Amino acid sequence: MATLFIDNTAYDVKDGQNLLEACLSLGFDLPYFCWHPALGAVGSCRQCAVKLFHDEHDKKGRIVMSCMVPVVDQMRISIKDPEARSFRAKVIEWLMVNHPHDCPVCDEGGECHLQDMTVMTGHDYRRYRFTKRTHNNQDLGPFINHEMNRCIQCYRCVRYYRDYAGGRDLNVFSAHDNVYFGRQQDGTLESPFSGNLVEVCPTGVFTDKTLKQHYTRPWDMQTAPSVCVHCGLGCNTLPGERYGMLRRVRNRYNGAVNGYFLCDRGRYGYEFVNADTRIRQPLQKNKDGELEAVSPEAATALLSEWIGDGSRAIGIGSPRASLESNFALRQRVGAQRFFTGLSEAQMEPLQAIYDILKTGPARSLSLKDLGEADAILILGEDVANTAPLAALRLRQASRVQPMEIAKRLRIPPWDDNAVRNAVQDDRGPMYIASPAGTGLNYLATRAVQTTPDDIARLGYAVAHAIDPNAPVVEVMSNGLQEMVGQIAQALIAAKNPVIVSGASCGHAGIVRAAGAVTKALYAHKLKAGIFLTVPECNSLGIAMMGGGSLEEAAERLASGDADTVVIVENDLHQRAEQPLIERILSSAKRVVVIDHTMNDTTASADWVLPAATYADGDGTLVNNEGRAQRYFQVYVPEHGTREAWRWLLDAESIDQVQTAMAEALPPLAAVSDTAPPADARFVDQRLVRKSHRYTGWTAMHAGKDVHEPYAAPDPDSPFTFSLEGYRGPVPGSVRNSTWTPGWNSPQGISKFQDEVGGPLRGGDPGVRLIEPEQTQSEYDSPPLPSARREGEYEAVPICHVFGSEELSARAPAIAQRVRPAYIGLNPEDAAALGLSKGEAASLTVGDTECALPVEIIETLSRGMVGLPIGLPGVPVLSLPTPASVRKARP
Amino acid sequence: MTERPLTEHARLDDPLDLRGYTQVGGYQAVRTALTTMAPADVVTLVKDSRIRGRGGAGFSTGLKWSFMPMGPDAPHPKYLVVNADEMEPGTFKDRLLLEGTPHQMIEAVIVSAYAIEADVAYIFLRGEYKVAEERLNRAIREAYDTGYLGKNILGSGYSLDCYVHTSAGRYICGEETALLNALEGKRAIPRSKPPFPQTSGLWGKPTIVNNVETLCNIPHIINHGKDWFLKLSLTTSGGTKLYGVSGKVKTPGTWELPMGTTAREIIEQHAGGMQDGLRLRGFLPGGASTDFLTPDHLDVMMGFDAVQAAGSRLGTGTMIILDDKTCPVGMVRNMIAFFAHESCGWCTPCREGLPWLEKLLAAIEEGRGTEQDLHILDEHVRLLGPGMTYCALAPGAMAPLGSALIHFREDFERHIREKRCPWKH
Repeated sequence: MATLFIDNTAYDVKDGQNLLEACLSLGFDLPYFCWHPALGAVGSCRQCAVKLFHDEHDKKGRIVMSCMVPVVDQMRISIKDPEARSFRAKVIEWLMVNHPHDCPVCDEGGECHLQDMTVMTGHDYRRYRFTKRTHNNQDLGPFINHEMNRCIQCYRCVRYYRDYAGGRDLNVFSAHDNVYFGRQQDGTLESPFSGNLVEVCPTGVFTDKTLKQHYTRPWDMQTAPSVCVHCGLGCNTLPGERYGMLRRVRNRYNGAVNGYFLCDRGRYGYEFVNADTRIRQPLQKNKDGELEAVSPEAATALLSEWIGDGSRAIGIGSPRASLESNFALRQRVGAQRFFTGLSEAQMEPLQAIYDILKTGPARSLSLKDLGEADAILILGEDVANTAPLAALRLRQASRVQPMEIAKRLRIPPWDDNAVRNAVQDDRGPMYIASPAGTGLNYLATRAVQTTPDDIARLGYAVAHAIDPNAPVVEVMSNGLQEMVGQIAQALIAAKNPVIVSGASCGHAGIVRAAGAVTKALYAHKLKAGIFLTVPECNSLGIAMMGGGSLEEAAERLASGDADTVVIVENDLHQRAEQPLIERILSSAKRVVVIDHTMNDTTASADWVLPAATYADGDGTLVNNEGRAQRYFQVYVPEHGTREAWRWLLDAESIDQVQTAMAEALPPLAAVSDTAPPADARFVDQRLVRKSHRYTGWTAMHAGKDVHEPYAAPDPDSPFTFSLEGYRGPVPGSVRNSTWTPGWNSPQGISKFQDEVGGPLRGGDPGVRLIEPEQTQSEYDSPPLPSARREGEYEAVPICHVFGSEELSARAPAIAQRVRPAYIGLNPEDAAALGLSKGEAASLTVGDTECALPVEIIETLSRGMVGLPIGLPGVPVLSLPTPASVRKARP
Repeated sequence: MTERPLTEHARLDDPLDLRGYTQVGGYQAVRTALTTMAPADVVTLVKDSRIRGRGGAGFSTGLKWSFMPMGPDAPHPKYLVVNADEMEPGTFKDRLLLEGTPHQMIEAVIVSAYAIEADVAYIFLRGEYKVAEERLNRAIREAYDTGYLGKNILGSGYSLDCYVHTSAGRYICGEETALLNALEGKRAIPRSKPPFPQTSGLWGKPTIVNNVETLCNIPHIINHGKDWFLKLSLTTSGGTKLYGVSGKVKTPGTWELPMGTTAREIIEQHAGGMQDGLRLRGFLPGGASTDFLTPDHLDVMMGFDAVQAAGSRLGTGTMIILDDKTCPVGMVRNMIAFFAHESCGWCTPCREGLPWLEKLLAAIEEGRGTEQDLHILDEHVRLLGPGMTYCALAPGAMAPLGSALIHFREDFERHIREKRCPWKH
């Protein structure tokens, strides 16, 4: 700690940070642009000037940039000093030389950091009387709108996009007052993290293009804390709604999870909520086999009749439905008649993940912890495409060990340019084994591509190299054996090593191998973290809940024990091979589907009930860390849409469902701690979903009724669908705004943190449900080496950030980024098969056959064929699996 | 006749090749340093000779070198970088050395790199200096062929590689840290200090950046000793100085003279005085980024301390003359236009302030100026001063403007009052 005097008042502050961080953490209003808590300081904008005094006798002082000066004990500064204030106002005047005065037509208006800082400095009159410089804008693709004239050259965009996120196609061009931030030529920004530019940019240069399609002013959006549903990481989001339409998704800061950022799938996947394929009213199949609308009351009555006491029905849940919806189904049909909605092949790795997290010894890392790891082993998982934000964190983790260089040179970690100059391209140890090259290979110390079995065996070999008690793995090729030694050494030498793996290879052996490496490290009294990704937003939740597989569901129906199947938020056709799904759907006499979006499964249902999405309903999801997080209903849907749990249980509120769940399933008991209960009040008030500047409240429904409507009741949360209510300090789990006086932009978040970049005041959202038993357990046996028959291939899954996730792919902006389906082959295999890029290849697995154009994947291991998961036209198969490939007959 | 160690053998039309240069005593310093002196001895000698940097800032060269981490534990590779990006308006002294005696440059590189135990030396050369580029590269080839560069030079165990890098052409590359960024292939923007290049320089490794003229003195210091060097100067810091004069004098040019020669002697004797019919109104003593001095200052000794005491800086030591038939507003406008164009665009005051000033000065010169404009000019002189901006470019640009607003204020006011340029008819 250090004592810092600010305008002659002493404050205790953390030393080592810079003056700007110290001032903001103390709650002072000090304007800035180029500094960002995640990006550090570079001193370019000169906005955060303060007066620094030599000692208490120094009355003159000198102007310094607070972001570039480390706090030293007994330091004396002034924020109020007239000269410093005047300088700060002048910096704004300079920025306004070329900034257009187009706030009224700018998408950023109302949440613009530049507007806030302008007002804060008091600059109000621009003396510049000459012409402004102008630029051409670029088409940057479906996500980002570009308006370069507004640029104030803070350099944050390129520092974020290139240095932080590793993108290469955005840069700064030209010099002096003609500096230009954009691409070398028009074109889609390639980075899957491009959307963060919208929030990183302090003004309206980079804005959300999807919001622009259905623009509404930021203060006119109704919002509630939410959780992203497009992968298993559970990034926190703030969706915004007006007139019953979801307008955009913004980052919601969670210090332990996503911090300041989201991936583009998470930010732009939201439009499935507004899509024409949404189910908006109960539908019943008529005599002609067509679905036709019926009233919600009729639907409820018939549902009761069909399910009855549950003894003739089975329930199929879903890893993309909330805990509450899955639990409600389980309650309605009985635990023995509840199925997870996953095939055996999907459940096996997921079960392995849950087992490892439960038994330990390693603790599952949060995304925040992941970014602090200093040695990384990734087994089988292409995190850049399956859990994108984890890849962004791992990129930061690769800098942890080289930061020692900066430390030796006494460069503070926030002094970004100095650190990057000192560190250059040094990377910490990161080893990757995967079937095909991954999005993180460019950071890898060494990467190897091999079969899923051999990836698992490599993991066990590393475990054995660390702990001789781990099983011996033989027949590793020489190259791999040498790599094993390197990996073991790097992990042993590290302070915070982490083993990353996941379910996307569909191979439980790989997951267990990751667990084995952590066991080996613990056996040596070394610490290690484990980070296991799961495919969907509630995969781990469904694993914790338990239930049978789809194969078992099919058996149950075939046995005649049940004749009704209730499917909740699950397109079974995405889960397993067609024959199994057809068996389930055809052997049930009555098929009820509760879902929010039309799909192949709703098409064969007798009844379809409209379920709420995360935007128009409440629920809880468990992310890959084992963290339960609550999402709150953002807006009231117009028709009979309600949460699946509400269709299924006669519960008054979600709290009741959670209470019942806690009783039935003790591991999930802490779920009710994720958020204050519905009857919680803050100074006798509910929490607001609407900003105090929300306009049109009394006019927006005037076309139907001139009376001001009552706010819709909300039995499930302490929020109100109104702008009247409590706006003071709240726990992190229910914070849905970054607004404080003078801070309208997302930058205002520092007012809600313990210290800038730290945890939220009142705690970061979410409750960890799984803590490992720290007891040593036996090692599992490694899988046998792959033995393929001559001429046979092993089909492995390839995930794409855009397209491999079902719901986001329905959002028009994301759909534009989904590539056409293909069959991936190693160049040598392709040559041996007489296939070249674009030619049709035919792939056969059992009875399934498909023909798709060939894509040459240089990094795909020989003997493997890559199948892009989820892309239109790619059959659903349980991968990895033996397959045959040949040239397709014309 | 005073000694002219730096330019004695300079031949602009046909510089000495390695053989010729060796015949006049060249590469003797390499032999002396590498075979009889320890690196630390060279640093001490340079420190004792009290040579100050000739690039403009006048920092003690020996002191700069002494910050370099030395010995077996020092990080390697270490670098010596020659700042040969001579782009200061009105300055053409290094060009004389580079084109006239390329081998002297290479010899200076070798002994200086040896002193700081550098593994690689880069000569960062102004892109337009095509002749110098060709001559330096030829000299480097000859030095490699003779064993003055490369592995185990003269059997001393010391190895050095040397490369010429031609700049893509920005004034800011003369700023040593921007130069390092440019050399790494990055945008030429200055770096924050600390860390200084001595600890984290080129590619994050210990680096010394020195001006061409500064380094060219080193072989002579080694050959003749510190006392000889100190005696060359009329001031407390040692050596001769390359002075230059441009503007409407009779014989503009560059001359090597004792450090501390008066401005009067340089202008009146060496430059032949003002052209007929013209009177001296003022002069920038050391390039465009120094304050105007007036005829009252003609007897100031052109040394670091004396020029500073007179209210300006010695800078590069190459003067630009303002005569009484040239509009001072136009002259300053021309310089601010240069600085505005050469701003790297990194920090706000420089990037946005200078183009504004350029437009204001244009307005004033063209008779569109207002009283408030003068106020804005004054304000910028203060706000673009040292400490306010990221590097010294904008404060340097404010030197001629600020001093012109003091010495020639009446000229600015007349433009505004008469709504025209009095020098234009």
